[in-house]
Amino acid sequence: MLNAVLAFKDYNVIKGIWGSPWVGFKHFQLFFENPQFWTLVKNTIFLSGYLILAGFPIPIILALMINEIRAGRFKKFVQLVSFAPYFISTVVMVSIIMLFLAPRLGFANVALNYFGFESINFLGEPGMFRSIYVWSDIWQTAGYNAVIYLAALAGVDPTLYEAAKVDGASRFQKIRHVDLPGIVPTIVIILILNVGNVMALGFEKVYLLQNPLNLVNSEIIATYVYRIGLLNANYSFATAVGLFNSIINLVLLLTVNGLAKRLTKSSIW
Amino acid sequence: MAAIATSKRRIKESAGDRIFLGFIYVILTLLVIIVLYPLIYIISSSISSPAAVTSGRVWLWPVDLSFRGFEELFRRGEVITGYLNSIFYTTAGTLISVTLTIMIAYPLSRRSFFGRNALMMFITFTMIFSGGLIPTYMVVKGLNLIDTRWALLIPNAIWVWQVIIARSFFQTSIPEELLEASEIDGCSDLRFIWSVVLPLSKPIIAVLVLMYAVGQWNAYFDALIYLKSADLFPLQLILRSIIIQNNSGSNMDAIAMVEKQQLAELLKYSLIVVATLPVLIIYPFVQRYFVQGMLVGSVKG
Repeated sequence: MLNAVLAFKDYNVIKGIWGSPWVGFKHFQLFFENPQFWTLVKNTIFLSGYLILAGFPIPIILALMINEIRAGRFKKFVQLVSFAPYFISTVVMVSIIMLFLAPRLGFANVALNYFGFESINFLGEPGMFRSIYVWSDIWQTAGYNAVIYLAALAGVDPTLYEAAKVDGASRFQKIRHVDLPGIVPTIVIILILNVGNVMALGFEKVYLLQNPLNLVNSEIIATYVYRIGLLNANYSFATAVGLFNSIINLVLLLTVNGLAKRLTKSSIW
Repeated sequence: MAAIATSKRRIKESAGDRIFLGFIYVILTLLVIIVLYPLIYIISSSISSPAAVTSGRVWLWPVDLSFRGFEELFRRGEVITGYLNSIFYTTAGTLISVTLTIMIAYPLSRRSFFGRNALMMFITFTMIFSGGLIPTYMVVKGLNLIDTRWALLIPNAIWVWQVIIARSFFQTSIPEELLEASEIDGCSDLRFIWSVVLPLSKPIIAVLVLMYAVGQWNAYFDALIYLKSADLFPLQLILRSIIIQNNSGSNMDAIAMVEKQQLAELLKYSLIVVATLPVLIIYPFVQRYFVQGMLVGSVKG
């Protein structure tokens, strides 16, 4: 991490990290003035925002539903199946996406043709990129994320359920007035962690899904750092960009944490 | 007596409630189908004939059962190399990671350990703030690990999250009194860890082993940036080059082209199955450990 000083220097292979001259905020300035700057920030935030908006409530709903059904084979089966995709690697996940959405032979297009629609080149459409990313992510992680909420639901005081039953609450009212308030602290903590990761969007999957056609929407800060830094060997500049990203993240995390502390009295520390 | 009898009888569900519950069952069944379908589709495709796959005749069950994809797969040297490499990385990496994690987490769980809160803060800090990709790369480069097997085993050997989980486990299930008792009996600290702590910590060790093993097996990014020679590549990287970058690797002559193309398409499905199967087969047996691990972690972060 000490090597982050690179961001403030002009890296020179021969002189090494510590021997290279200091240049202050030059690389940061270069980045802010870069015409790509706003596109990168926009792409990163839109993708994360979409992911949180769509991906955050689903595990909660899933957990509430699983919690409603009686313990038995079906319940175990649902949990087993919904959890499974979590173990698929990013490479395999992207491979599956590509096979399913392939322009000619992909399952999605074969199905579209079958019902008489035109084929769509899903991965070549910049507008489709975010949806593909987000919904495949939900497919993969919703079951895993639901486990946390299920654990929280198991910890809700059973006397509250009895009281609700005696008062004649319907199932839905019980969910609304007992289950949900019971897991609010967990929800808040997960939300904080999610928002704190807005800028630290997983590099791996975005990078694999990228192609020249969808790059307008799919180039995010993390992939940019990789391209500029490691592929073009522009070490100092890329470090500055990466550092900028980390700092924004930290600030976001602290802000949201502070807000949550004030509003709901639960925070991550 | 009468009061007890009525309280034992369940309060009848209203019609609305039963409809609501039915609705939940329907949705959950749909979800199971949505999750399972792609997986079944991939497996079915991988054991269908090349022609059936490319003409889109596979919908759910295999068409014209054939194992040509797998045969072709294991004729390719790079896939075998990748497989062996992945097995090596997973075994060695897990061993290193678990050992190191326990060595960090256990001392941090003891109240008498000097500076433990400061150290814990320091460790947690790395989880929320990092120098970034390039500085990490420079460190690995500075240590001369680039293009060696160590590059995949050392830099990511410890996951902070796992340390936190292990620490809270040790804290809650290995009481200080146990240590005191052993000390009175003349047991050294190392002996205590080996003969008392480890045997008592089997559940958490299981969680650590599984998490690290799956992580190593599925990792590709470190290999992508640190490795250059193809004979060190793990399976995931080979997978990427064949499926995602579409390097089927074979030079095609015009006559056999159609068939080769079909085979290349089939090969992708077989590869996915081969790369994922080890994990998915073990998974149902160890699922409860994963759940357990998450519960331990969520008790106190």
